Amino acid sequence: MQRHELLLGEKGDVSGDFDSMALRLKGLTKWFGPTCPRCAGGDRAALERNYCPECGTVYALRDLSLTLYEGEVLGVVGESGSGKSTILNCLYYDAEPSAGSAYLAAFEGGEVDIFSVSAQAKRGIRNTLLGKVYQNPLQGLKMRFSAVSNVAEKLIAAGGRRVSDMEARAVGLLGHVNIPSYRMREAPEFFSGGMQQRVQIAKALSNNPPVLLLDEVTTGLDLSVQAKVLDLVKQIQRELGISMLLVSHDLSVVRMLAERTIVMLGGEVVEEGLTDQILEDPQEPYTQELVHSML
Amino acid sequence: MRSEALYNFAFFDEGSKREVRRAILKAVAIPGYQVPFASREMPIARGWGTGGLQLTLSLVGKDDVLKVIDQGADESVNAVSIKRLVKGTTGIRTTEDARAATIVQSRHRIPEFPLEKGQILVLQVPMPEPLRFVEPSEYATKRLHAEKEYSGAYLALFEEIMKFGRVATGADHPVLVNDRYVMAPSPIPRFDNPKLNGSRALILLGAGREKKIYAVPPFTKVVSLDFEDHPFEAESVAGRKCRFCGAEGVFMDELLDEASGLAAHQCNDTSYCSARRAT
Repeated sequence: MQRHELLLGEKGDVSGDFDSMALRLKGLTKWFGPTCPRCAGGDRAALERNYCPECGTVYALRDLSLTLYEGEVLGVVGESGSGKSTILNCLYYDAEPSAGSAYLAAFEGGEVDIFSVSAQAKRGIRNTLLGKVYQNPLQGLKMRFSAVSNVAEKLIAAGGRRVSDMEARAVGLLGHVNIPSYRMREAPEFFSGGMQQRVQIAKALSNNPPVLLLDEVTTGLDLSVQAKVLDLVKQIQRELGISMLLVSHDLSVVRMLAERTIVMLGGEVVEEGLTDQILEDPQEPYTQELVHSML
Repeated sequence: MRSEALYNFAFFDEGSKREVRRAILKAVAIPGYQVPFASREMPIARGWGTGGLQLTLSLVGKDDVLKVIDQGADESVNAVSIKRLVKGTTGIRTTEDARAATIVQSRHRIPEFPLEKGQILVLQVPMPEPLRFVEPSEYATKRLHAEKEYSGAYLALFEEIMKFGRVATGADHPVLVNDRYVMAPSPIPRFDNPKLNGSRALILLGAGREKKIYAVPPFTKVVSLDFEDHPFEAESVAGRKCRFCGAEGVFMDELLDEASGLAAHQCNDTSYCSARRAT
């Protein structure tokens, strides 16, 4: 770990202070099912991969710890069902973690576990300190409300009560993600998939969140649109120095965007390190398989 | 055989009345909070004022005087049917004068004569949930109310400003009650919203189809939602005059005067208009 951080510091091609953490996860665990004495103790031998044959409990995340530093993009790769999206769901309060804690530098100086606070405080964190881009725009946007209103929603939730200010901010952000001004007042249900994804990005950025959660941002988009969205993410990171947790099963996306990458399998981290290092010289059998199956 | 003999007093059995009254007490105790209740099958269809009717039937006593309004009018079919049902099963007096009634059941209007202490206004509600337009799940809206998370209600107004350049709620403009719950005031025009604030009469709202009862107790603070740079505005009635009684500054219906071919206005509240003409 130490070695990686040093190396990153030397790269110097991105802004951000890699000495200070933006987000830290400790022992994050999420299971679906009743749990039984056999599997509840965290004994790996009791499970078939991440499934308990005794009670049928599935362990989506097992004792996951990671640190996201300021201004960095951390890639999370792994096959379907490896727990990638569950990390983001727990962090954005879309799912409740079964155990574990998380700390945001921007919340109470990183001293307080953000899973332990009141529902109102959680809403506050979600609306002001985090932004999330969902894989499926249906989850992240109100499809029947205009694009401007969608971006303004987070501003309203954060206490905005001046229409002119919120409108100006929303129009500015939508312009930034290349939504033509004559379409900003249309509802995203009439937009193409790539445009919907860009509206989501604008919405996620509306409150200048210190941490952005990206869940498969380019999956399902055609290649030229993919490139545009990737460019945009890269540009945002460079200009605003926002820390990002980037979940993807597409290794080329991770190669392009992330400095550091973790590889997940069955709810656990099997390998972590610099993205280049992981892609060029994978150590774990699963990572080797993953890299070799890249086209 | 007379209907009074066929049915228990006020149609309902005593247990049903007690259940509705219990919901009313809770609603009064938590202004603006939607209390679920066991909405009963009524002899009129759901969506035709069954919520209001159940409130009225659970409240009436032998000395009560009832007025029923349907969109400002006393004589429309719905108002007359409800009045006849209550009268037929209780034998109480009915009136058209808002000042003489002890219970005023109304659809879409608050009477022009200010209601006084001791009177009860019962409003019929089609959609009690002010956040339903932005959040279809009841489970989710209940949580939003619990956490006082009302950005959805503001978002709906924001969207109207984006689309039409102004807040365009034709009726049912959401209000914040007692600084706590955002409430749908039933489809009254924005013109009537200020009458909710600090009302001297008890206001009860009943949604039969949606099975909810809520209340604005007397002298409760009620604020219509708005933005700093788009303050709440009632429909303007400036320059309009009732063609029958000459009233100004009340909510008007606009009609085509067939003789002149021009727009003509008359009081929407028919009993207010006739009371003015009688004096």
